[in-house]
Amino acid sequence: MSTTEAGGRIAIEVTVNGTRHRREVEPRLLLVQLLREDLRLTGTHIGCDTTYCGACTVIVDGEPVKSCTMLAVQADGAEILTVEGLARDGELHPLQRAFSENHGLQCGYCTPGMLMSAHALLARNPDPDRKQIRKGIQGNLCRCTGYHNIIAAIDAAAAAMREGK
Amino acid sequence: MSWTGTSVRRKEDDRLVRGRGLFTDDELEPGMLHLHILRSPYAHARIVRIDTSAAEALPGVACVLTGREVAAQCDPVMQLGPPPCDKIRDLPMAVDKVIFQGEPVAAVAADSVALAEDAAALIDVEYEMLDAVVDAEDALSDRSILHEAAGTNRTWQGVYEYGDVEGAFRDAAFVVRIPRMQFHRFASTPLENNACIAEWKRQGGVDFLCNNSFPGFAQQLLAPGLRLKADQVHIRTYDVGGSFGNQIWNYVYMAVAALVSKKTGGRRVKWAETRSEHLLASGHGNERTYLDTEVALDREGVITAVRSRHIDDCGAYTRYEPLGCVIWSQVLAATYKVRNLRIDFTQTVTNKCPVVPNRGYSRMQQLWFMERIVDICAHELGLPADEMRLKNYITQFPYETPNGCVYDSGDYPAMLTRAKELIGWDRWQKECAAGRKAGRLIGIGIGTTLDSGTNNFGQARIMNPYLPFSGNSEVCTMRLDLEGAVIVCLGTTPSGQGHETAASQVAADVLGIDPSMVHVRPGFDTAWNTFVGHSGTYASQFAVTGLSAVHGAAQKLKAEMRRLAAYMLEAAEEDLEFGTGAQGPEVRVKGTDKAINYWYMANLVNNNNALLDASLADVTLNVRHVYRPPFKVPDTERKFGNLTLTYAAQLHIAVVEVSRETCRPQILAYAAVDDCGTLINPQIAHGQVHGATSHGIGAAIMESLDYDESGNLLTGTFSDYCPITALNLPDIAWGNIETPSPFTYSGAKGMGEGGGAPLHTMSAALQDALHGAGVIVTGSHHPAPRLFEILQKPNRAEAVSVERRGGKQARR
Repeated sequence: MSTTEAGGRIAIEVTVNGTRHRREVEPRLLLVQLLREDLRLTGTHIGCDTTYCGACTVIVDGEPVKSCTMLAVQADGAEILTVEGLARDGELHPLQRAFSENHGLQCGYCTPGMLMSAHALLARNPDPDRKQIRKGIQGNLCRCTGYHNIIAAIDAAAAAMREGK
Repeated sequence: MSWTGTSVRRKEDDRLVRGRGLFTDDELEPGMLHLHILRSPYAHARIVRIDTSAAEALPGVACVLTGREVAAQCDPVMQLGPPPCDKIRDLPMAVDKVIFQGEPVAAVAADSVALAEDAAALIDVEYEMLDAVVDAEDALSDRSILHEAAGTNRTWQGVYEYGDVEGAFRDAAFVVRIPRMQFHRFASTPLENNACIAEWKRQGGVDFLCNNSFPGFAQQLLAPGLRLKADQVHIRTYDVGGSFGNQIWNYVYMAVAALVSKKTGGRRVKWAETRSEHLLASGHGNERTYLDTEVALDREGVITAVRSRHIDDCGAYTRYEPLGCVIWSQVLAATYKVRNLRIDFTQTVTNKCPVVPNRGYSRMQQLWFMERIVDICAHELGLPADEMRLKNYITQFPYETPNGCVYDSGDYPAMLTRAKELIGWDRWQKECAAGRKAGRLIGIGIGTTLDSGTNNFGQARIMNPYLPFSGNSEVCTMRLDLEGAVIVCLGTTPSGQGHETAASQVAADVLGIDPSMVHVRPGFDTAWNTFVGHSGTYASQFAVTGLSAVHGAAQKLKAEMRRLAAYMLEAAEEDLEFGTGAQGPEVRVKGTDKAINYWYMANLVNNNNALLDASLADVTLNVRHVYRPPFKVPDTERKFGNLTLTYAAQLHIAVVEVSRETCRPQILAYAAVDDCGTLINPQIAHGQVHGATSHGIGAAIMESLDYDESGNLLTGTFSDYCPITALNLPDIAWGNIETPSPFTYSGAKGMGEGGGAPLHTMSAALQDALHGAGVIVTGSHHPAPRLFEILQKPNRAEAVSVERRGGKQARR
């Protein structure tokens, strides 16, 4: 439970990529700021200020969330997965591998958010068609790739994951 | 095997997919100050008074900086243009008046971004409103002048005239007149906003980590502005989240951050722009108005002359401008062989965000203009759009244009054939014809375009003969490190173009090794890395300038290694070969097992050099190569000369239907054919084509930076600007042809900007769809509301006229 501390700070507890963190935060602190500035997980990026671009997408209790639109205090008690938590024992997640193999990234700025949205999509639907993939990433902007290779990458990752690779 | 032409998986990807990139805002440090900029809410106003006392009193605020202090600490940035541009006083913060909405008026540094914003809200600024001019023609009336010392809003004017324009009009069978066309304002908006971290050094000078994409140029502008020597402006970049040219001029904000750091006694200050700030006050693409256009054609439909007046709107300051007043002439007549042209070109400032180079900078505006001319003439003369183009395409290469540019190679008819195959031209032609008969607003359109790459900076002298710029260059250093690793450093500032990968492919080919054995170190650094004045990533040139530098450096290194190996192996140099042996990369005597590996060579030079003969005293295994393309200074009087080295080409075809109910334009099919000469890494090139296509489609149907008449930006957030998403894009059929450039070592041409092909293509497809409804497409932006308006009030009667001079009708 959140408790207000002196100075208007609120104590919260979040589990990020399997590690539990306790912090006392300003009520106005955004989840993305907590992740980037307090927990130093700078893989989650900020690309806009109107919840449009999706660069800050993370998974909160299984759901994709634009972390610029959630207060850190709202995430109290939550399990959060960020891009840094995708690889296991240094081995790339199939989505990460597929993005690289299919040239699904250029500058790489949208990539963490794209990966997290794709991760959520495939958790819901392990075998999406291309239209469903487009829909799954409609909340994520990419200004470099024209999306074509991102869609191909998610398609390839879905196939690999279905085959257990 | 050759690594050139192979889709090697990118070296950059591993850190980026793991979220381990280092973008500027990722650099965190306890005690770092955060900068927030207070911006003008008005487009044109005098600053009567600024009271910063309440902001300064807020706990956690380190300092507040105003324009007056900036003016005292800093000199105006050098202006590139001829008079009256020399009278424009461009400081990084407004002093006495603001001239565009979003112009900085004060800056606050505080312990956190939130605190800095809180403090900025306490700054009290009193403004006295002035008349804003947001329309280029209105601005040229000088009824309200932005830069009073200049005495006019006009920043440049010049006439580009070639051939016998009068004679061609006298002899024309048809004259087509188009009184007005308009290219709209948009920007490619990289996903990473501008950002920098500045630290004023006690020993003098300033350190920057930033995402500027042309730091060689930024250093030359920042140093005199900050009253420093160039070497005291230390600029570093690392991962950059897109640029598309937009990030070239963020040195303005770097200057603000530097002065704030100076005022705090040298604390590190981070500035991370918000998206709303980026859209409001970062940099927009050039708007252009085309007036009184006249096209002369012979009786076959071959264009014989074009004359027109163009007005370019560069926003409030001439930062990179008026260079755009010349850059367009790299593609004067686009892909067409017309030799008689007269373009009267004027540029003006307006009370809007300053423009910056934007993917396809200044050329796409000219290419769109030429494509509209060709397309409107085809429709008005009843000629099929494909035949019209085939009649007019340049077909012989190398081709010298009327203004002295040399198109290196190309095959536009072959690209048209390929694009037609990809889209199914005949089938769609039938479907469009049948659809229109049935009342559907459906059409098919062609867009042919050029991506001119590797600028001759001498073209700047056509704009201002006194500018000390010409040619171009890029640099690479390469060494065998202590343990024999091949280490490569570049002067470029990639933002997604895969330079680490492509450079390793080129070096690997020269040395006969695997790209995984070549280590390209990312990051630009004026203090510790190599660079030249042209260094950066812009203007479609890496494949030529950057990779030629890598190629040259690899050959120099190879020559040193060959001498060293010949001595140690007691063999003639011509008997040696480079390759990979059991112990990794090596040099060996052909046909023997006598070899020397890279570690041994590096060790000889660095740790074990008593073994070396005095004749090898100059061998360091650490070489630097600067590539300089073969340019001459253009003839500024005639506005004549070779302005770019290579001409990549794009040919797109779109099928578009406008809904009768919603007026929404829907893309039913899309094909894109590219020719950038020899491909270095096909997958990367393909990715660039897709990206440029997405930008162009977004700009054609969604994205626009619109202002009201008072100079308020109406599309100032992503939610209003509506950048294109995965749902708005069709699947794109991609094709490629290769016409190798005779002017580059590899045959590759610069590419990536894409020439705005979808803008031309979408306009042409809509022209085809709407011509029957009495619509002439004279604008570049086609969102549903605009299509609704034009369908309510078809414009053909006033938008175009055709004078037929008694010759017979152009043949179908």
